[in-house]
Amino acid sequence: MGRKFLALAAVLFFAVMPSLAFAVEPGEMLKDPKLEARARTLSQQLRCLVCQGESIEDSQAQLAHDFRVLIRQRIKAGESNAQIKAFLVSRYGDFILLKPPFKADTLLLWGTPVLLLVLGSGAIIMAVRRRRPMRKPASLGATEEARLAELVGTEEG
Amino acid sequence: MIVEAGHYALVLAFALALFNSVIPFWGIRAHDDRLMATAPSVALVQFLFVATAFGALVYAHVTSDFSVLNVVENSHSAKPLIYKIAGVWGNHEGSMLLWVLILATFSALVACASRAMPQDLHAAVLGVQSWISAAFLLFILLTSNPFTRVVNPPMEGMGLNPLLQDPGLAIHPPLLYLGYVGLSISFSFAAAALICRRIDAVWARLVRPWTLLAWMFLTLGIAMGSYWSYYTLGWGGFWFWDPVENASLMPWLAATALVHSTAVMEKREALKIWTIFLAILGFSLSLMGTFLVRSGILTSVHSFAVDPRRGIFILGILVLFIGGSLALFAWRANDLKQGGVFAPVSREGALVLNNLVLSIACATVLVGTLYPLALQSLTGAKISVGAPFFNATFVPLFLPLFLIMPIGQMLAWKRGSLLGAVQRLIVACLAGLAAMLIFAAWHGAPVTSIVIGGLAVFTIVGAISDVVRRVAIGGSIGENFHRAIGLPRSTWGTAIAHAGIGVTLLGLAATGWGVEKVLVIKPGDVVPVGPYELVVKDFGAEQGPNYSAKFAHVNIRSGGVKIGSIDPALRFYPVRRTSRAEAGIATLGLGQVYVSITSSGANGTYDARMYWKPLVVLIWFGAIIMALGGFVSLSDRRFRIGAARRIQRIVAAPQPAE
Repeated sequence: MGRKFLALAAVLFFAVMPSLAFAVEPGEMLKDPKLEARARTLSQQLRCLVCQGESIEDSQAQLAHDFRVLIRQRIKAGESNAQIKAFLVSRYGDFILLKPPFKADTLLLWGTPVLLLVLGSGAIIMAVRRRRPMRKPASLGATEEARLAELVGTEEG
Repeated sequence: MIVEAGHYALVLAFALALFNSVIPFWGIRAHDDRLMATAPSVALVQFLFVATAFGALVYAHVTSDFSVLNVVENSHSAKPLIYKIAGVWGNHEGSMLLWVLILATFSALVACASRAMPQDLHAAVLGVQSWISAAFLLFILLTSNPFTRVVNPPMEGMGLNPLLQDPGLAIHPPLLYLGYVGLSISFSFAAAALICRRIDAVWARLVRPWTLLAWMFLTLGIAMGSYWSYYTLGWGGFWFWDPVENASLMPWLAATALVHSTAVMEKREALKIWTIFLAILGFSLSLMGTFLVRSGILTSVHSFAVDPRRGIFILGILVLFIGGSLALFAWRANDLKQGGVFAPVSREGALVLNNLVLSIACATVLVGTLYPLALQSLTGAKISVGAPFFNATFVPLFLPLFLIMPIGQMLAWKRGSLLGAVQRLIVACLAGLAAMLIFAAWHGAPVTSIVIGGLAVFTIVGAISDVVRRVAIGGSIGENFHRAIGLPRSTWGTAIAHAGIGVTLLGLAATGWGVEKVLVIKPGDVVPVGPYELVVKDFGAEQGPNYSAKFAHVNIRSGGVKIGSIDPALRFYPVRRTSRAEAGIATLGLGQVYVSITSSGANGTYDARMYWKPLVVLIWFGAIIMALGGFVSLSDRRFRIGAARRIQRIVAAPQPAE
């Protein structure tokens, strides 16, 4: 529960929230702006485990602070983003990743948009195909043409 | 005494809702005009009773009546009057009462405003509304009574959460609820149409203004909430893909789809089954949002959601209404005959594509929101679905809409020409490309901002081109002006709303060009942020009505000249022992300088965040334009004509009696 939740919960009123502070504190930041930028990107993808769906970048919890310091230490030690993520997942499980990895568990999660896109487009194409014959009325037969001419003729006369 | 009267009024309102849940349908079945005619009057009286109950609760809050539990828990005598009033809905019980009040208001509006409707449909709509009213009134009376008294009244209340002590609380929840609950009308119309077997273009014309109204309020409510979190939370975020936000986004997506599909149904009698389904879906998502937020499922860490009875009750309401309406849908949908035929490349075709994209986007949000819950309860595995997931799925799904939008506007009904539409959009395409070049030269990276910014300009210019091509077809300025006036308001509405969402997209694209500084500040510091220099003058302290604040005085300079100043503050609310940041924001052109501070204090310094956010105002300004488009469309001649005919009938009615 933290900032994220507050955003609208404030709205929807539930909040008995802790006080507000900022996420990244100036003291935590790395001197090298490139490495710091990497740390920020990484932080946005990691969940603060004790918060309600907040990233460690956004959270003011002590745990989030510890994580931010931890990933900065590892970045300084020369680890890649993937290595740091793998380390955190090995310790805390997929729960720490805000973007769940694609595997059996999450097949339906990632697959739903694609599945619906295929099904929806398929349904629309089917509907269009089914309708098409209705769009071209058969031309009138000879007797019908004659009858039509007769009718039109009588009306004029 | 007044409090008890409020409680009693609520009970009476429940009784009337029960009455109206049955009698109108009896009337429809028996073809009895008099029984059907009771529905509007009962709906009006029910509104009066709910309004009385709400008034009683407002009275208790304003007079700080600490013998009422709800007031004790959420108010404080030192609170400013605006928050005493807005605090009425700043808690579970009061907000549910507001929900029901808005529901009763909409029912009363339908009772008054829709006499041009077939009588059986009118009675059935009010009947279905009463089912919803009855369910929620019972919910309030049994589990969430705001009028509960305290045996030993305390001297003072516990105060309102400081985060809610903001003008946003006065505006945002009512707006959002008007949107949520407004969708109940579309739902009731859909259920009534299924019951009365009246699913046709007339139905679509009748339901369309209500859907538009709900959509407008939802748009404004979401935008308002987003701006509220932007200026309150201290680091300039405005959308977090939080479950509570998603709960408001899903009905908006469904309502947007519904507004478009009713257009097809009204004009061409096509997409009937789909439109009815969407109307059911829209309100179901509203209900589900209420359930998710209220039950505590998604906010289980929260201390206020301890009462599981509430969750189960709302789940029951949810199952009853969604299940019931879908069953009714399945039972009656087969009766529907296919309506007007159209070619794939046509206005209808584009709107079908719009509906496809919007519903998949909506389903993606739904799955993303519920998946962690479902997975955990089925397998015990815990995963997180956050912003990075939605950025990777929702965003690429949604963006193509901005390409479809202007093309769809240019296509004719029944059968259109894609080539012709693209030719009419030459100016828009060129404008989009030019915008990309300008953005690239002006701001540079990131590329996504440049591309999305160009897309936004294409959408805006494309929306305007539609009006221009209908108006500027030669002749004098006066003739063009008359043509512009004579254009159907719904055409104007479409163009304005589409331009509005383009404007919002432009604001979103521009977030990539923002500048952020996180640093420790002390008086005398000069910090370059984007095109401006921020000069930290001094720190100070002040006393508010129910808080104390520490603030920093910061001047904004451009080229060495002072052009403004802001005072970002940190407020401490002693009653709840919590603090809250009050960001300092200066709007310069369409961008904003945003500074917030947090206490750190070592050697008289503060931790601060300073931002330059170019074009950020457009995000919310676009939403206002969208709502304006809805409003203009609402004033279209065909909706007004329905109203005029009603007045004639009322005038004509007494004549036979004379």
